Amino acid sequence: MTERPEIAIVGAGIHPFGRHEGVSGLAMGVHAVRAALADAGVAWPDVQFAYGGSEDAGNADTMVSDLGPTGLPFVNVKNGCATGGSSLVSAVRALESGAYDVGLVVGFDKHPRGAFQNDPADWSLPAWYGEDGLMVTTQFFGAKLQRYMHDHDIPELALAQVAEKAFRNGSITPHAWRRTPMSTGEILGSKVLAHPLTQYMLCSPGEGAAALVVCRREYVERLPDARPVWLRSVAFRTRRPGSFEVFSPSLPLEIAPSPSVDAAREAFERAGAAPADVDVAQVQDTESGAELIHLAECGLCEHGEQAELYATGATAIGGRLPVNTDGGCLANGEPVGASGLRQVYEVVTQLRGEAGERQVPGGPRLGFTHVYGAPGVSACAVLSR
Amino acid sequence: MSGASPLELGDGPPRLEAGRCGDCGGVTFPLRVRCPACGGDLERVLLPPRGTLWTWTTQGFEPPAPPYLPDADEFAEFAVGYVEFDGLLRVEGRLTEPEPERLRIGMPMEVVALERGDHLTFAFAPVDD
Repeated sequence: MTERPEIAIVGAGIHPFGRHEGVSGLAMGVHAVRAALADAGVAWPDVQFAYGGSEDAGNADTMVSDLGPTGLPFVNVKNGCATGGSSLVSAVRALESGAYDVGLVVGFDKHPRGAFQNDPADWSLPAWYGEDGLMVTTQFFGAKLQRYMHDHDIPELALAQVAEKAFRNGSITPHAWRRTPMSTGEILGSKVLAHPLTQYMLCSPGEGAAALVVCRREYVERLPDARPVWLRSVAFRTRRPGSFEVFSPSLPLEIAPSPSVDAAREAFERAGAAPADVDVAQVQDTESGAELIHLAECGLCEHGEQAELYATGATAIGGRLPVNTDGGCLANGEPVGASGLRQVYEVVTQLRGEAGERQVPGGPRLGFTHVYGAPGVSACAVLSR
Repeated sequence: MSGASPLELGDGPPRLEAGRCGDCGGVTFPLRVRCPACGGDLERVLLPPRGTLWTWTTQGFEPPAPPYLPDADEFAEFAVGYVEFDGLLRVEGRLTEPEPERLRIGMPMEVVALERGDHLTFAFAPVDD
């Protein structure tokens, strides 16, 4: 591993995920920012720059009305499911450039209930694609997964085991949305929404916020009570021709690797670490199958190995490779702008040993996060104590 | 159907209109101006009437409208899938068969016209032979 990491996360804050009537997405964002600043021991006027955004809940930079208009450069980021990841990558590159010493990253969102509604014209697609009922994200999840399970011999039980773990972990995570454990039988027996995926194997759009204070190594020394977690690397990639993505009216015969493969490989290379070194991981689990597929795409297991991993509890909090220890998207919902930073918040909390009832035992040293979204974007990070 | 239909209804079986790139030779659906892989010019080609089911899933709830154009009748669950045209590409579309028990990867499929309200679109139907 690279000997001397230069960038640290010194503050992490979160607003509970779920549904919060009467609380705006921006207000949740401000809550998360205040929590992150307090955690870092950094005062708002000392923050030199900020990146932040949401998909549906407003402009992050207007938070200065609540936090104080200090004149800092505050960049609004709007990049779909990769909004949080893009903000983090941008902030890290700004620090690496030497232009700044300390900055803020924030993501928040508040979506209407039900499936996401998309306009074909926004995606350069013909009107008939939407009219015929093909403009539905769950179809992509089901279709990619159906083929993956066929190619790699994954049983439907494994999908239920992913969700069962998510709700079990969510039940001991204070800020999670879905906190009631559920059996694999209940999960398999719920309504089929996108075969083979049932209702409880799919996450819901939701609400929430997360924020991070990031800084250069020299700045950490100015914070007497800092509990830094080191950002060994961040990487952000988009799709290549022929990768299997949402809203694809056609696909070539040769399927290109997902951007998750590229982003994870770059993150591990930059960190000088191997997937086998990871002690705790967060991977995008928009639905159960995504967790299985992303583990392999990120190099954390082999394709086809997942059935055994879930049957033996290897991905549980006490297992060999704990995955989505806070219940992931399945238990937290997916407020798009906040989701990627929630993952980082969780890994920071685990590496600090402050995760309470859901703490991974044995003092985890190396963590990994992976976010993936439409229309083929992925951001990954490698973190260490 | 609003917008150009990708369905070609001639004397023979219904066919889908696609594009072949003059530069890289890649085939894409629907027909558009530029090749999505290399940016080259596309020429109009018709896909064969038959292919095989590459993958599929179901639509277990009514899609958000718009963009979805609801049926006049109560919503009925349907299946969608990608059909592979030998040596060319895979095309996504509705399947006429909604039952998971009667769908399997690799089964032969054919292009059919599908009436939805007052307009025609395309779908893929299992082939018996």
